[in-house]
Amino acid sequence: MRYIPNSPEERAEMLKVIGLSSAEELFRSIPEDIRLKRPLKITEPLSEPEVIALMENLASKNTASQKTSFLGAGVYSHYSPTIVDYLIQRSEFFTSYTPYQPEVSQGTLQYIFEFQTLVCQLTGMEVANASMYDGSTAMAEAVLMAQRITRRQKVLIARTIHPEYIEVLRTYTKYNETEIDFADFDEETGSIKQEELQKLSDQTACLVVQSPNFFGVIENLEGLAEKAHSVGALFIVVVTEAISFGLLKPPGEFGADIVVAEGQSFGIPMSFGGPHVGLFATREKFVRQMPGRLAGIAYDKHGNRGFVLTLATREQHIRREKATSNICTNQGLMALAATIYLETLGKRGLQEVALQNAQKAAYAKRKIAELEGYSIPFSGHTFNEFVVRSPKNAEDILEKLLKEKSIIGGLALSRYFPERKNDFLVCVTETNTKNQIDNLVDCLKELR
Amino acid sequence: MSIKKVRQHPTQNEPLIFERSQKGRIGYRLPKLDVEETNLDEVIPEHLRRNDDLDGFPEVSEVDVVRHFTRMSTWNYSIDLGMYPLGSCTMKYNSRLNEKVARIPGFTNLHPLAPEEEAQGALELMYRLQEDLAEITGLPGVSLQPAAGAQGEMTGILLIRAFLDKRDGEASKDRRVMLVPDSAHGTNPASAQMAGFTVKTVKSTSEGLTDIQHLKQLCSEGGIAGLMLTNPNTVGIFEKNIREICEIIHEAGGLVYMDGANMNALVGVARPGDMGVDVIHLNLHKTFSTPHGGGGPGSGPCCCSAELEPFLPVPRIVKEGNRFRLDFNRPNSIGRVKAFYGNFGMMIRALSYIYTHGAEGLKEATETAVLNARYIAHHLADTFEKPFDSDCMHEVVFSHKKQARKGVHTIDIAKRLIDYGFHPMTIYFPLIVDGAMLIEPTESVGRQDLDAFIDAMKSIAKEAEENPQIVIDAPHTTRIGRLDEATAARKPILRWKPDMESMTKTA
Repeated sequence: MRYIPNSPEERAEMLKVIGLSSAEELFRSIPEDIRLKRPLKITEPLSEPEVIALMENLASKNTASQKTSFLGAGVYSHYSPTIVDYLIQRSEFFTSYTPYQPEVSQGTLQYIFEFQTLVCQLTGMEVANASMYDGSTAMAEAVLMAQRITRRQKVLIARTIHPEYIEVLRTYTKYNETEIDFADFDEETGSIKQEELQKLSDQTACLVVQSPNFFGVIENLEGLAEKAHSVGALFIVVVTEAISFGLLKPPGEFGADIVVAEGQSFGIPMSFGGPHVGLFATREKFVRQMPGRLAGIAYDKHGNRGFVLTLATREQHIRREKATSNICTNQGLMALAATIYLETLGKRGLQEVALQNAQKAAYAKRKIAELEGYSIPFSGHTFNEFVVRSPKNAEDILEKLLKEKSIIGGLALSRYFPERKNDFLVCVTETNTKNQIDNLVDCLKELR
Repeated sequence: MSIKKVRQHPTQNEPLIFERSQKGRIGYRLPKLDVEETNLDEVIPEHLRRNDDLDGFPEVSEVDVVRHFTRMSTWNYSIDLGMYPLGSCTMKYNSRLNEKVARIPGFTNLHPLAPEEEAQGALELMYRLQEDLAEITGLPGVSLQPAAGAQGEMTGILLIRAFLDKRDGEASKDRRVMLVPDSAHGTNPASAQMAGFTVKTVKSTSEGLTDIQHLKQLCSEGGIAGLMLTNPNTVGIFEKNIREICEIIHEAGGLVYMDGANMNALVGVARPGDMGVDVIHLNLHKTFSTPHGGGGPGSGPCCCSAELEPFLPVPRIVKEGNRFRLDFNRPNSIGRVKAFYGNFGMMIRALSYIYTHGAEGLKEATETAVLNARYIAHHLADTFEKPFDSDCMHEVVFSHKKQARKGVHTIDIAKRLIDYGFHPMTIYFPLIVDGAMLIEPTESVGRQDLDAFIDAMKSIAKEAEENPQIVIDAPHTTRIGRLDEATAARKPILRWKPDMESMTKTA
């Protein structure tokens, strides 16, 4: 095996040194009756060209990856500067681990510190952690954190949160006596109904709202924090399309207590849903209730600045069952990709990419709205995603678009909202050209 | 004074990107907007837009970014540089082939909500990996959804909870005790807590094994939902009574979850399913060599018995003829633990690892990992206190007991090891060994490097006798010395702000 340095002779010598005559004897402490007496039923070893060919073949069956696509719904196609993937492949980054030994991990610790800072700047919050698995688990952890802080178990969440995020929340809170209540949306605007906020009570741990929401509608977050705070609840904001931070007012300015987001849009490939990266930010006063790793500044005895993992007493390796979370390994390398992406685009780039998304989506939305038979059911302002109501079953239309025109036109909402048969969600990013958009519009016209 | 000179070199003093930032620098170019512009106020009115101009956000060129990260990278130790014997973390070689295949555009450009018939390759890949993991563990039900080991643990424990609730109905509420050995990873009790269980701790014997008498006693107290057991355990010893342990738990009406963090000591040699284990998680980033990436991404598949299979997270991947599809209709499922299907990119790498090794290579890796650990154990047993006599598997634990007499502690030995060119071992874990040093060489280290490591450890032990201060003040060769972690935790500075002190603190 080429990944194993020692030759058979060296192995034999080493066995001899420790007083054994065969590799089998290394496993004497495993009782005979539970030893595997046969080879594993796994392929013969494959050579490098064979593995590549096999993987290329599998990849070629993912025909969706080559088609014009208007899919979003929590995972987005964005341009990532070339240097992002080159830099994360430096050995020193991708073959190191959690920076337990700061003297030989300053590279990792410093970028985590930069990542935390960038997340704070984007969200308008005071502190951010070193990452969570993804947006969905970050949201679940945010709710658990709010429950710890308020010592309450009820949760009021907007119906317009990504349905898979809600499913994850249900799993995470299944056994801690959580009561999940929903705040419905207005059929007119597609955003949260103000009167639904009356469901907030002195039992509510948190109000959770996504913006832009699952339908792409930008929620007006003004006043929501006040309403939540007036009953002693926390206000949690979820963002699945992180590029929107480049243009939209940050949740921190609306008084959010916790902001969580999916950071995949920051230079991370879609990769069939992972690995991505969860962003998690909060107020300084809650930092000790936060899950996950945190990097902070420390000095050596000569006064040199460095970085260390800090406030570890919140974590599982110290507090065990009393920890703020069970999370250990997070998404370090993906956080690095996001950091490099954000620093390369910088202030102007993030603003421009956000603006292009908004403009292109606005153009597509207008063109589709002009088509006879199609409409935009929600009047709310949108960023780069919007719902289209088609003249007939959306699944059929999308199927035809795919089969006849090789276009993935979006996501039929019936996947998550069975009653919304004619609605589909269209996402337009800076990677969609005007030609692609015009073509989509023409095809929709033809298929109606 | 060469060390000082190196410290003054600009590559060693790379500031934070925010400190490097210069107004007006640009590091990107996008294609020009090709659609007719809409009045922005109509698209998104001003009150919904940010008005801070992303204040403080960096402005740098592409070259700045490349130098920034390349410089910082050189401050890290890494597997590619040398031996990284971090016990329990399995820092084995991460092949570039795995990186290459994970970047095939047909994988990276695939949207998780793409129509199933257009994503057959991804579904087939996941199905193949599931099959191989089932064969390796001897447990037929596999979900690849958990994002990391801790989430795999949580998934496993949720399966147990769901199974008990279904089996016992109302009576399940009297079964809420999860047994966890005192040697366990901290994630175990934390995960048990998240599934609504109360943790009771099982003691270890002086041999470093689970105390069967204590286990029986705890079981006799009743209410047992299950046991979370790492095997080989965290001191690197195989729990030889595993079958009896599983029987005791099963008799008490509970289930056995095995923490698969150390599965790399067993692949091809023994299977948890044959030992009586009901559910296990695997760390693809340990046993199957997906890169640790400075702390993730991990991937923590959960493998379970046929009995527990109906409870696995949705969706499941099913094969029908030659087609693969996602099955959401699983009424007993614990639900989702993550959006979409897991860390797919890590699954590609793990499958590439499995195929590259084949059955024989996987076994060779296991044997070599154990041989390397045993070789170290053999050579250092006279120099450092080895708290347990039993033969170790893939990792070996020592303590600082001998050196502590001279005032040299585990932390000092670890830091001094850096000066000898190695990454330190895992320190102060497991908690049952005072001043623990947990050494896991993995199979990716050749004999010369093992010998060099052994020499370094012996040399440090000698220094501890003759010149302890040199060990206590270590490391001496890094660009920064030991950092004041206590102050960092007392007055945490967790983000950059414009008025922040720069690189050096002026007294």
